[in-house]
Amino acid sequence: MNNILVFPMVLPLITGVILIFLRPFIKLQRWVTFGVMAVNTGISLYILQKIQKDGILRLDFGGWEPPFGILFVGDSFSLLLVLTASIVTAIILLYAFHSLDAAREKMYFYPLVNFLVAGVIGSFLTGDLFNLFVFFEVMLLSSYALVSLGGSKMQLKHGIIYMTINVVSSWMFLIAIAYLYGTVGTLNLAHISQRIAESGQTPILTVISILFLIVFSLKAGLVLYQWLPGSYSAPPAVIGALFGALLTKVGIYALYRMFTLVFYHEPAITHTLIGIMAGVTLIGGSIGAIAYNDIRRVITYNVVIAVGFILVGLAVLTPAAVEGAVIYLVHDIIIKALLFLTGGTMIYLTGTARIENMSGLIRNYPMLGWIFFITMLSLAGVPPLSGFLGKVLVGQGAAETGSYLLLALAFLSSLAVLYSLLRIFLNAFWGETIISEEDEIPLKKGRLVPLVVFTLGTIALGLGVESIAVYASDAANVLLNPDIYIDAVMNDN
Amino acid sequence: METIIIILAGVLVSVATYLVLSKNLIRVILGTSIFSHAAHLLIMTMGGLKEGSSPLLGEEAATYTDALPQALILTAIVISFGVTSFFLVIAYRAYQETNTDNLDILRGIKDE
Repeated sequence: MNNILVFPMVLPLITGVILIFLRPFIKLQRWVTFGVMAVNTGISLYILQKIQKDGILRLDFGGWEPPFGILFVGDSFSLLLVLTASIVTAIILLYAFHSLDAAREKMYFYPLVNFLVAGVIGSFLTGDLFNLFVFFEVMLLSSYALVSLGGSKMQLKHGIIYMTINVVSSWMFLIAIAYLYGTVGTLNLAHISQRIAESGQTPILTVISILFLIVFSLKAGLVLYQWLPGSYSAPPAVIGALFGALLTKVGIYALYRMFTLVFYHEPAITHTLIGIMAGVTLIGGSIGAIAYNDIRRVITYNVVIAVGFILVGLAVLTPAAVEGAVIYLVHDIIIKALLFLTGGTMIYLTGTARIENMSGLIRNYPMLGWIFFITMLSLAGVPPLSGFLGKVLVGQGAAETGSYLLLALAFLSSLAVLYSLLRIFLNAFWGETIISEEDEIPLKKGRLVPLVVFTLGTIALGLGVESIAVYASDAANVLLNPDIYIDAVMNDN
Repeated sequence: METIIIILAGVLVSVATYLVLSKNLIRVILGTSIFSHAAHLLIMTMGGLKEGSSPLLGEEAATYTDALPQALILTAIVISFGVTSFFLVIAYRAYQETNTDNLDILRGIKDE
């Protein structure tokens, strides 16, 4: 039994419940939440090492062996994401300590973050389709609360849009589960995969797979991303950073899991469709990122572009591309958090979100300017930084399979990313300094430290990418050979 | 029996779709709630309606009814209850802030 596998999910869940009763003690809430994320980081690092040694781990709850019970399955892909999510949440919390207003902190911000993380990590670890639905709901419910926490008109408006979209897509998730259960008679992912491999992916299963594709596309922001820019830019920067770093990634993870483990028999239909959707997302995201003058909009459209880019890896499905996509996913969690926090800091310092009202910030805040510059280069995929290897590998995969259109779109979108952020950089940091020294809002250390940590993180991940490439190639290996996963889950060990 | 339930689920879905597409926020919320009822009926039918005796070891029957769909529905009902109640709270709060439950007017609120 590998009981340790449940801890990354259960720790934040229990902490969240306990913290509800400790409402007046904000300081305690802060450090307990931070401590939980730090412990989670340690645990997931340990499990990740254990997986390299012992192979895929599984935990059957209540001793019910698969396919009868619910279970957690830990492979390199899941644990890599759990690890990154824990680290990034911890650092985002550091920023929250110094930037979030007291009213929001008092209104259960920390319990909600704990629940959000529990939902996200649970979704990464579960090996059961219905359990995945439940963890999605845990994550979504806390995100509904976080989107509208504070209750400004803009937040409520986008909260309502966000909730409606997600409630309808959760309903479609249930429908898809019902159809799949009616067809194959099981909900254990490995068992479903086994049964589909036996019976062949009949047309009805392909239709169900497309229903799942729509559901997860809504969650991930693939093509159906129209809700995303509004609801990610309405709440404060900290919450936006949590969403941008974690939420869409869960949808992407689910897409990767479903379309490599379960529905991989008809790539001509499903994976072609994913390729088309990824292409459209890249185009739409790029147009959005270039079109707006509002920093928050530009940033949120950058989230959309990344979703399209990562799914190019799933569409071409070669070892290089999947490995690249895994690395890029890890990079994207870090860099999106950094991007949201940097943007949030700029808005806080200037009191406006529009780039035409900012100018010459580099003189006032040189450090922030350089951090933004490095973020921009990392997002565009300039070599020493972390975005580079992922982009190269995904591009290599696309070239190997001859998907030149996707290849062109993927790299043109990098240019769009660079252009959209360069425009912010030129407008906001260069030019005449308009904030005089007396009016300057001091940039406190508490806000700057998390940004510096993330920046060092993206540089370190870029220089030391070899260290995670081992895990990423193992993750890609499991994703491309479903038998390894099925064997680990269905056979006694 | 299965056919009738499936048709019922279809009717519920069409009613819910009509409600979700209306301009009144409360109707939208009711629509999402009816959506979930339709999904629950569908899950139950997909698992097969009562085919044998209840799935207990004491019952020595030839066939047993699949109990899993009911467990799934129970979970889904709890979730949809929670989500609907939270949605209603958000709608009420939005009404307090903006004095309207009309989605067209809500949509016109400028992002500051």
